[in-house]
Amino acid sequence: MKANLKYILSWLVIMIAGFYLINALIMVGVIDDFIENMLVTIGINIILATGLNLIIGFSGQFSLGHAGFMAIGAYATAIITQHVSTELGFIVSLLVGMALAALIALVVGTATFTRLKGDYLAIATLGAAEIIRNIINNLKITGGSAGMFNIPQLCSWPTVYILVCLTTLVLMNFIRSKNGRAIKAVREDEIAAEAMGINTTKWKVAAFVIGATTAAIAGSLHASYIQTISPSNFGIMESISILVIVVLGGVGSMTGTFLAAVVLGVLDTVLQNFGALRMVIYAIALILIMIFKPSGLLGNWEFSLKNLGKHFGKKERG
Amino acid sequence: MQIVLQQIINALSLGSIYALLALGYSMVYGIIKLINFAHGDIYMLGAFCAYYVISLWHFNFIIALLTAMIVSALAGVVIEYFAYRPLRKSPRIAVLITAIGVSFLLENGMSYLVGSNARSFPQVMEQVNYNIGGIVISNIQILILATALILMVLLQVTIKKTKMGRAMRAVSVDPDAAELVGVNVNHTISFTFALGSALAGAGGILIGMYYNQIDPLMGMTPGIKAFVAAVLGGIGSVPGASLGGFLIGILETFFQSIGLSAYKDAVVYFVLIVILLFLPAGIFGKNTKEKV
Repeated sequence: MKANLKYILSWLVIMIAGFYLINALIMVGVIDDFIENMLVTIGINIILATGLNLIIGFSGQFSLGHAGFMAIGAYATAIITQHVSTELGFIVSLLVGMALAALIALVVGTATFTRLKGDYLAIATLGAAEIIRNIINNLKITGGSAGMFNIPQLCSWPTVYILVCLTTLVLMNFIRSKNGRAIKAVREDEIAAEAMGINTTKWKVAAFVIGATTAAIAGSLHASYIQTISPSNFGIMESISILVIVVLGGVGSMTGTFLAAVVLGVLDTVLQNFGALRMVIYAIALILIMIFKPSGLLGNWEFSLKNLGKHFGKKERG
Repeated sequence: MQIVLQQIINALSLGSIYALLALGYSMVYGIIKLINFAHGDIYMLGAFCAYYVISLWHFNFIIALLTAMIVSALAGVVIEYFAYRPLRKSPRIAVLITAIGVSFLLENGMSYLVGSNARSFPQVMEQVNYNIGGIVISNIQILILATALILMVLLQVTIKKTKMGRAMRAVSVDPDAAELVGVNVNHTISFTFALGSALAGAGGILIGMYYNQIDPLMGMTPGIKAFVAAVLGGIGSVPGASLGGFLIGILETFFQSIGLSAYKDAVVYFVLIVILLFLPAGIFGKNTKEKV
């Protein structure tokens, strides 16, 4: 604990400095509404993709149903804050969404993770997400296929910023804990992990539930910030676009996920000037990046202050 | 009884199109373990190709079908050569993302070139409805079912009886061993893509005739359903993919006919999950035991 105090404090300083940097840039006018919107979208994507990276990159299980859990969070916030439109209502809805998503993920996870793996698991999670979406599409309380609008805006960029920091902290600490090592052991070799006494199903489901909970947080933020949601926002294309962020950044690298979310967010904003050609360019960029950098932008490299310190300690290696 | 038979006829026509698509998915997956997300868009290309040759040059059904199949086969081979071959040794998930990229490219490229509006498919032949004991069956439904069945039989013969089919089976079991005994792995994979894409192209023209409507995004949902069908049947297995396609078609039609059409997708996925829980490798899939 004491040995790490230096790094904990440094990260804290970096986070607070980042907050005030953005704040200052908004005051000066460098960040206008347009860029602020882009930053919030990037932040929400970071929460989504880091959660999915825990499932795909660290526990090695292939999930294609992330958007379904995002939908649960989004609808929880939309429904609750329309009745209680206060900050407290938002916090309650956030927690309700997280709990619901965790519960459903637990049920889906225990049912599927014991029996299925690989692409079969991917299809089962895809199916679960589509079932969630289909039910939302047909309920009265969720506004059916038209969706919900005029959701009170109870979160702004500081909320998103704080939650990005919090989820990343929780995820990183989880990955580096004893349980996190168990999850990575399952990814590397399931049989060997089992032989070492790790309950493989339990930890696979745990990663899945944690990932689903973060997706619900992102969904709540999305609903509250964008103020309009409909079931078509949470289809398979949304799951795939989250997957693209994870793979582009590098499966198993949280730093890569951050980088990819930023790169794709900026690319998307820049390409808005191209109109109809936008998605064509996006698709070609995606194919080219994958052909020339199949392991993603950063592979499984992780940024850490500790290694940075060591790096500068050994000057001769440059 | 009549209603049941009528629904079965409808289910079989829809199911045979899903089955044609599922076969391509299954073969490609069997040989390079890739979920080819662009497969649904090849089917869209086939439909558009048929649309143009029929409305511009007034081709008849057989020639239009063959043209659509050849163009789709070429598209499949080109996509494999440029997008998937450079990634042969990469992690599978990278190839998957490339496939998603190709799918985006085809969908949006096509929307950019021809516009994203739905257009009506030209009539290749006059629709005639036959009434057999109260069951209405149109010549188009018979044509769809017959074409699909003939293509499935041809495919089965190609895989089981020809030299190339043997090579395909060898590569899907063990690419390295196949290469050692003199099989050209790259040619075999190209051939598989050609075969699978040709079937998707055929599915495209058939769906155009069935629904009378095509648009650049038409491949998305059937593509995913066909993949579900392939998984249901046991991915990599040809009879499994056909059976899976028919099953999905039957399920969908059944829930539509009992008034649950709003929930039909949910039911299809629910049945899928349940079947997978009991048969984790699909209906015809081989359940391999894990070995240390």
